[in-house]
Amino acid sequence: MLKYLSKRLFFAIPTLIVISFVLFALLDLAPNDPTGNLPQTIPQEVREEIRESLGLNKPFHIRYFKWMQQFFVNEPLNLIEEVTGLEIGDSDSRLRVRSWLTRSPVVDLIIERLPQTLWVVGLSYIVGIMIALPIGVISAYKQYSWFDQIGTFISMVGFSVPTFFTGLVMIIIFSVTLSWFPSTYDTTHVVKDLPSFWFQVKQMAMPVMVLAFYNAAQLSRFMRASVLENLNLDYVRTARAKGLRDRSILLKHILRNSMLPVITMIALGVPTIFTGAIITEQVFRVNGIGQLLITGIQSADIPLVQSLSFLFAVLIVTFNLLADVIYGILDPRIRYE
Amino acid sequence: MRRITAFVLLAVSILFLGSCSQESAEVDTNLRLLYWQAPSTLNPYLSSGTKDIEAASIVIEPLAHYDANAKKVPILATRIPTVENGDIAEDYRSITWHLRQDIVWSDGTQLTSADVVFSWRYCTHEEAGCTGKDSFRDVEQVVAVDDYTVRIDFTKPAPFPFGPFVGSVSPVLQYQQFKDCLGLRAQECTEANFYPIGTGPFIVEEFKANDTVRYRANPHYREEGKPFFQIVTIKGGGDAASAARAVLQTGEFDYAWNLQVEPEVLENMRNAGKGEVLTAFGSQVERIMVNQTNEDPSLDADTRSVYLDGNNAHPFLSDINVRRALSLAIDRQILVDIGYGVAGQPTCNVIPLPEQYVSTNNEDCKTQNIDEANRILEEAGWVKGSDGVRAKDGVRLSVLYQTSTNSVRQGTQSLIKGMWQEIGVETELRNIDAAVFFGGDPGSPDTLQKFFADVQMYTNNFEGNDPSNYVEGWQCGNVPDPENQWVGPNISRGCSEEFDSLLDTLSETFDADERVAIIKQLNDIVVQNVWEIPLIHRARVSAKSNTLKGFELNGWDSELWTIAEWYREE
Repeated sequence: MLKYLSKRLFFAIPTLIVISFVLFALLDLAPNDPTGNLPQTIPQEVREEIRESLGLNKPFHIRYFKWMQQFFVNEPLNLIEEVTGLEIGDSDSRLRVRSWLTRSPVVDLIIERLPQTLWVVGLSYIVGIMIALPIGVISAYKQYSWFDQIGTFISMVGFSVPTFFTGLVMIIIFSVTLSWFPSTYDTTHVVKDLPSFWFQVKQMAMPVMVLAFYNAAQLSRFMRASVLENLNLDYVRTARAKGLRDRSILLKHILRNSMLPVITMIALGVPTIFTGAIITEQVFRVNGIGQLLITGIQSADIPLVQSLSFLFAVLIVTFNLLADVIYGILDPRIRYE
Repeated sequence: MRRITAFVLLAVSILFLGSCSQESAEVDTNLRLLYWQAPSTLNPYLSSGTKDIEAASIVIEPLAHYDANAKKVPILATRIPTVENGDIAEDYRSITWHLRQDIVWSDGTQLTSADVVFSWRYCTHEEAGCTGKDSFRDVEQVVAVDDYTVRIDFTKPAPFPFGPFVGSVSPVLQYQQFKDCLGLRAQECTEANFYPIGTGPFIVEEFKANDTVRYRANPHYREEGKPFFQIVTIKGGGDAASAARAVLQTGEFDYAWNLQVEPEVLENMRNAGKGEVLTAFGSQVERIMVNQTNEDPSLDADTRSVYLDGNNAHPFLSDINVRRALSLAIDRQILVDIGYGVAGQPTCNVIPLPEQYVSTNNEDCKTQNIDEANRILEEAGWVKGSDGVRAKDGVRLSVLYQTSTNSVRQGTQSLIKGMWQEIGVETELRNIDAAVFFGGDPGSPDTLQKFFADVQMYTNNFEGNDPSNYVEGWQCGNVPDPENQWVGPNISRGCSEEFDSLLDTLSETFDADERVAIIKQLNDIVVQNVWEIPLIHRARVSAKSNTLKGFELNGWDSELWTIAEWYREE
């Protein structure tokens, strides 16, 4: 197992380096420009000076290596300094990866946005799982029953209706007509007592539900299929023959076995919590990581987009590895050699 | 399982109780503004768009503002300099500003001329990449005569010396805060860029880049008892339509900025009765640029859309008759009704305001005249072929029409395509992402400067209330080409000796009325040569809640220019 792990980790490094290069090259080839959103009254000469001040006129390889150095050396050093309070070398003149849009360090921007993304997208993931698993199990157990038919219908709807539509419908029902929930998310809100906690719950309600609905739709179909597959296997018949009650067969035997692929699915989906939900965040103005990424893309903020998408790549590679490991631990039949 | 159900029920019931108990008798002193493009920095000199300049304008201020009628109003200065009061030199080579002596920064220190001089130095540093640099065009030096007097010297006579420090694009920064942020170091001063110390009615309390800004009232603000609001929040994100909804339908916000939304959508929202839609006209004109050079894709990079001293004329758009027919065929009122509503008016000029600069010689374009357009083309020898497209000597009237990606613009494009079809002109439509089209990256073929199309549409305007710099744009020498890295404001590549010599006269004329007359003539040359086809005079559109009073929208400066006067009346 350890040998397998170290081998996988070893291969992850060149993969990530290649990803970072491809990302940088793609962003560099993209034709948009950081001065594109400036008012028309600003003349070309001034735009050229702005590009110059951002270092955009330097050759490709220099910019790439500069980013590598800033991202892999300077930023981790800075992070260590912040956490431990130690000073390593000349930290004042160490260049950090700076966003072109805000001229502030990219890492700080990301950290600022993590709370709302983790709260909203993370919670929606958990809620989605909590809805999906029981629905999936019951739908499979009572296949072709009313419950199954309705469950299938609802998950088909959740699967095929985009979140910007469900989000808008929810805003019109719950914000415009009923005025129950706010349609925008206040990121400066601090939870300090009960009323402020309820406000937090209220402002999270709609984005969390929209995303949870979407996540649950996918996962419940998967869960249903997995349980169905197990229902007719020999060990189930054996358990029945032994005289076990249906309930314990379902919950103890079938559930455990059919959860195996589902857990892998869940683990593989975890990076999407960190990458945020671009559309839902935009609809409810949650302004988390997803919104940061889309703002960066729209304004050609290469350092920001590059760093964010690279972090996503790291997360995806890590969780792929993790999913494999979990699978191995949960299922003793699988051995990695 | 039962316990979970009970918990969920409890949570839901408390949620509803919570939502019902939010009534307070006192007048709300929180002001909530919605900018769907979120501010990225509060240093307007490093801004990446108007949103940053607006968000900064309630903290840091210039010496003078433009009011809603494009008149200058002193802010940090005691009066507006004129030749009569002696503050503008007789030879127009310098202008003197007298600072108010009762202005303190929000940290309690005095505003002096050193701050003004520093702001000039900060923005004109060659490595700074300062957005407002054009305001300091032709400035030789800024001198502190004494603590409260500043003199700005120009390298040549400046008939309009109000570029520097007038309007929110070139405000005064605090020397003490920014002194170590010159040149490339400007980017590293995150603290100063996010929390600038200012003289305005509010102080930045919390800044989350690209998301939210929270301000609180400035206790040192020069006017007693102002501002009324204690907390101001600017929330960003989302899109224009949902921003309008948050003010007009749900009432969560007091004000929403820049709402280019289809008129019927806006009208629907307004019917909810929670707020109103406001418009203010400035100098923005949506226009079609008509390429005077040959943009044939088969030409090489050094020839395509390059002026080459007039030796690379467009195969059919160089014919004035074709250009006039294109303009005559457009029904501008329909474009307004469908795409703009209250946010636009038909116009026939490239200078639509201030009032005194508006030419009255081109009004006939406001009525569509298909017959006349057909007659002109017929007379010039452009004959309809079997496919309905006019042609002459094998050249077909087939145009490539490009603009930025934006639903209103695409709507306008297809309307105009239909109108041009009626005069036998075939149109191919193309739209380009705004960040590319307006980005001006010399490496991209899709920028408006390269103009690799026959016609293209976008909005242009001028800064401040004086179009002097703007009209210089149409000089022959300002044509973008590969030699100048495609830099230059003469996008349509129109060039005439008459225009250039009139421009020379303008630069030697200092009498205000004569200047106005010349600028009107220059406008007429551009329009009557149909280098550009003006379509719509565009307004700024914003929405405000019914409870917000004291609001005056401004088409010439920051929309938040009177925020200190705003108050709430339930």
